[in-house]
Amino acid sequence: MNNKIPSQSEIDSLLRMRHTDEVFEKLKNARVAVAGLGGLGSNISLMLARAGVGTLHLIDFDKVELSNLNRQQYFISHLDMYKTDAIKDEIQRINPYITLICDCVKVSEDNIDALFNNDRIICEAFDNPDSKAMLVNHILEKRKDACIVAASGMAGYEKSNTIITRKISDRFYICGDEKSGAVKGNGLMSPRVTVCAAHQANTILRLILEKYDV
Amino acid sequence: MIYINGIAFEKDEIKLSEYLSENNLAVTRIAVELNGEILPKDKYDKTVLSDGDKVEIVNFVGGG
Repeated sequence: MNNKIPSQSEIDSLLRMRHTDEVFEKLKNARVAVAGLGGLGSNISLMLARAGVGTLHLIDFDKVELSNLNRQQYFISHLDMYKTDAIKDEIQRINPYITLICDCVKVSEDNIDALFNNDRIICEAFDNPDSKAMLVNHILEKRKDACIVAASGMAGYEKSNTIITRKISDRFYICGDEKSGAVKGNGLMSPRVTVCAAHQANTILRLILEKYDV
Repeated sequence: MIYINGIAFEKDEIKLSEYLSENNLAVTRIAVELNGEILPKDKYDKTVLSDGDKVEIVNFVGGG
């Protein structure tokens, strides 16, 4: 096992070679907020980190529980840690040079404006449908300079290809099948949650790279 | 024609609140865009869709 931490220039030059200069620079200069670090948000954060997004604003109030490990990107060693701390640990093991802004707080109508003040690309990755709707409506109504990539419907083991990305407007994209809620007998499972997370992460990369169609 | 989530309805008008309740869509769990603009929740009750309107209703279900 090699424990030597690579230098920033080593990591950057490999990403630059893979992405081309233009794409590399755009991703490195980008900032993305991920609201919720559960099955969607933990996966999305790691995907964006691996792609080289320069600044990630990560928000969650919860701790890692054993019941999360069926689909969320955490390990037994993370149990009882705040998700913001656990995901920070993982991202730093992938690329320690990404700027991480962590807020261990529950998002509510009262703190949305302050919390997302500096974010132009916001990823909704909550579990609770009321919280999802609250964040999406608030951002679309009050933040005309920001766009939001949200998710709805990814429970169970229904066909993978029912999960899609729909563009609702220039500022609003929705990923999922928009109907498979998590209920008893049709719980959340890693594959479809990860498929949906990848739809969100790729939509975010496309927004950063100024590709607006779906 | 009134278009809701891409489906054409041959009606002169549709009351949004009636459409929502008929389709079991909970006000606290949806986002509604009317002709490309977000519709604030306090306008749901008095919104009457008319010919040519295009509406997108996103229904949020639990899970993430």
